[in-house]
Amino acid sequence: MREAVVKVKTTPEQILGTPEEHRADAIEKGKLPIVLAHEVHKWYGNFHVLRGVSLEVFKGEVVVIFGPSGSGKSTFIRTINRLEEYQKGKIIVDGTELSRDIRNIEKIRMETGMVFQQFNLFPHLTVLQNITLAPIQVRKWPKDKAEEVAMQLLKRVGIPDQANKFPGQLSGGQQQRVAIARALAMQPKIMLFDEPTSALDPEMIKEVLDVMVELAESGMTMLVVTHEMGFARAVADRMYFFDQGQIVESGPPEQIFTNPQEDRTKLFLSQILH
Amino acid sequence: MMNREPEQYTTGEVLAPPTERYTVLGWLKKNLFSTWYYTLLTLVTIYILYIVLKPTLIWAFTQAQWQVVVVNLRLFMVGQYPADQVFRIWIALHLLALTAGLAWAIWLPRSRRTGAFLLLIPLALAALPFISSFSRINWILFAVFALAGWGLGTWKPQAMRRPLLALLLAYFPILILLILGVQPILKIVKTNLWGGLLLTMLLAVVGIAVSFPLGILLALGRKSELPIVKFFSIIYIEFIRGVPLVTVLFMAELMLPLFLPPQIVIDNVIRAMAGIILFEAAYMAENVRGGLQAIPTGQYEAAWALGLNGFQTTFFIILPQALRNVIPVLVNQFISLFKDTTLVAIVGLLDLLGIASAVLAQPEFLGKQREVYVFIALIYWVFSYAMSYASRRLEVALGVGER
Ligand SMILES: Nc1ncnc2c1ncn2[C@@H]1O[C@H](COP(=O)(O)OP(=O)(O)OP(=O)(O)O)[C@@H](O)[C@H]1O
Ligand SMILES: [Mg+2]
Repeated sequence: MREAVVKVKTTPEQILGTPEEHRADAIEKGKLPIVLAHEVHKWYGNFHVLRGVSLEVFKGEVVVIFGPSGSGKSTFIRTINRLEEYQKGKIIVDGTELSRDIRNIEKIRMETGMVFQQFNLFPHLTVLQNITLAPIQVRKWPKDKAEEVAMQLLKRVGIPDQANKFPGQLSGGQQQRVAIARALAMQPKIMLFDEPTSALDPEMIKEVLDVMVELAESGMTMLVVTHEMGFARAVADRMYFFDQGQIVESGPPEQIFTNPQEDRTKLFLSQILH
Repeated sequence: MMNREPEQYTTGEVLAPPTERYTVLGWLKKNLFSTWYYTLLTLVTIYILYIVLKPTLIWAFTQAQWQVVVVNLRLFMVGQYPADQVFRIWIALHLLALTAGLAWAIWLPRSRRTGAFLLLIPLALAALPFISSFSRINWILFAVFALAGWGLGTWKPQAMRRPLLALLLAYFPILILLILGVQPILKIVKTNLWGGLLLTMLLAVVGIAVSFPLGILLALGRKSELPIVKFFSIIYIEFIRGVPLVTVLFMAELMLPLFLPPQIVIDNVIRAMAGIILFEAAYMAENVRGGLQAIPTGQYEAAWALGLNGFQTTFFIILPQALRNVIPVLVNQFISLFKDTTLVAIVGLLDLLGIASAVLAQPEFLGKQREVYVFIALIYWVFSYAMSYASRRLEVALGVGER
C-alpha cells in the first residue's frame, strides 16, 4: 500500500495558535480553513478504516469526495460533526477543535448541517415541525420567526405547499429537499452531504441536485460525498478521491477528469463514467 | 386489479370500488355453509353453544336469586365508602364524562360509535330497574356532562384543545383528592373504607399512571451510557420480572415497614399500590424498551446533527415515536393489571373480589357463589372488553403501524 500523497497547506497549530479573536476573521477572509482534518485515523475494532486523512475546506468552497464503496467516505464525513469518533489526528471546525468535550461537539453541530442518504426526517412531525424543531429548541427562536424562516426555505427548495404534510406523504425527492431545508434552518456555516441522491429514483435526482447547485452558487460551504460527476464538474472547487481509508488524489475537477495522476483514480473514473 | 373490465381503463371515469351486498341468506351461505366442512363446523359449534348456553340461561333467568347482588350493589361498587360521601365519586365520574366528551369532539369528531358509547351506556345503566334513584339521576347527569363536553368541543374545537389537555393531566390528582378528601373542605375517607370496583379501578389506574413514567425512566436507564444507572435498571427489571405479583405484594406488605422509621405507618392500600407500581414499572420498562429499539439510529443521528442534546433528542424525537408504537401493548398491560388487582384480596384488601368473599361470608347469602361470581366476572369482562375496543379505535386514529 502506498502512502497518501495529498498535502494540506494548513497545520492545526496555525489555527489553534491564532488568538481566538482573530480566528473567526481569518476564517471569514479565507486565510484559514473552516474545516481542517489533520492525519485522522479511525479503527473499527482491528479494522483500520481511516488511515491518516488530511483535508481542508475554505469558506465558500464546494468540496466533493468520491471513491469506491467501503472506502470510508461516510465514516470520514461523519467524524466532522462527531457522529463518529476518531482515535488519532485532529479535526478543527470553524476554529473549534473537536474533542470529547460535549460543549465543543454541540457547538460544532450547531454550525454544521448534515443531509443523509436516507433523509432521516422525523416521521411523527409535519414538514414544518421537522424544520422548526431545532431552531426553536436549540437556537431558542420564537415560533413565529422559526416558521417564517421555514416557509422561506420551503419556497427555496420548491415545496412550499407541502408544509403541513407528514414526511410519509412525500416522494423521496421531496423528502430530501425537506431534509436540506431542515439543515439550512439552523443557518449553518457548513453543509455536509453524504450521498444525498443515491437513495433516489433517477427522475428525482435532478430536483435535489438543482437545489444543491443553487445552494453552492449562493456561497454556502459544502462538503459533499457523491458520485454525481455532473454536479462535481459544475460546482466543485476541489475533489478528493478516497480509496481504502486514504485520500489518494485531490485537485480541481478539470484536473481530476482530464488528467488524473493516480492509476486508482483513472480506473475508478473509467468505471463510473463508462 | 387483474380482473377489471377493459373499458374501465378507457372511459377515464373515476369509479367507486365495487361493494359486496348480501341478503341474509346469501350471507349465511357464504360465511357459514359454503363447503361441507364449514357446514359441519357451524353445526358442531351451534351444538356446543346450545349445551353450554341453555342451562346457563335457564339458570340466570329462572333459578338464580339476584337479590344478593341487588342488596349489596353499593358494597360491590364502592365498598364501605360512606354513603353520604358517594357523591364525590359521582363528581369524579362526571368530570371524566366531560373530559371524554371533549376528547370525542376534538379527536374523533366523526366517530358516531364513540358517541353511542358515551351517551347510550350511561342512559342504559340509568334505566336498570334495581338501582337507587340517586344513581339513576347521576347516570343521566353523566350523559349530560358527556354531551356538554361534546358541545363545547364542537363549538370551539381549537380553543378547547388546551383545556382538554389540562383536564387530562389534572384528572388524576383531582380524582385522588376527591376520593381521599382534602381536610377542611372534603371529609377525609380513610383508605380502609375504599373497596369494591372503586378500589379495583383506583389500584389499576394509579398503578398504570405512576408506573408509566417510572417505566420510561427505567427503559431509558437500561439504555444509558452511565454504568451505574444501566446496572441498577437491569437488575431491578430482571429481579421484578422474575417474581410473581403476589410475592411483590406480600413483600410490600411485610418488608416495606422494615425500611421505614417505626413512627411512620403506611396503610394497606398504599402499600399494595406501592407493590403494584413497583411491579408494573418493570413490565412497563420492557414494553417501552421494545418501542425504543424499533427506532432507527438515523433518527438519533439526524437529531444530533441538528444540534439537539441528548435530552431534547429523547424527549422530542425518540420517545414520541416509541410511545406511539407501544400504545397497544400499554393498553394490554392496563387490562391485565385491571384483572390482576384481584390479587390484593390475598393481602386482605376488599377489592371487587374481596368484597365478593366478604358478602358470601354473611350467613344470609350462603350458597350464592354462582350469582356473585357471575356478576363480578361480568363486570371484569365488560370493562376489559370496552378497554380493548377503545384501544383498537385509538390505534386506528393514531395510525399506529403506519409510518
Ligand atoms: N459500525 C461499523 N463497525 C464496523 N465496521 C464498519 C462500521 N461502519 C462501517 N464499517 C466499515 O467501514 C468501511 C467504510 O465504511 P463507509 O460506510 O465509511 O464506506 P463508504 O465509503 O461510505 O461506502 P459507500 O459508498 O458504500 O457508502 C466499510 O468497510 C464498512 O464495512
Ligand atoms: Mg457511505
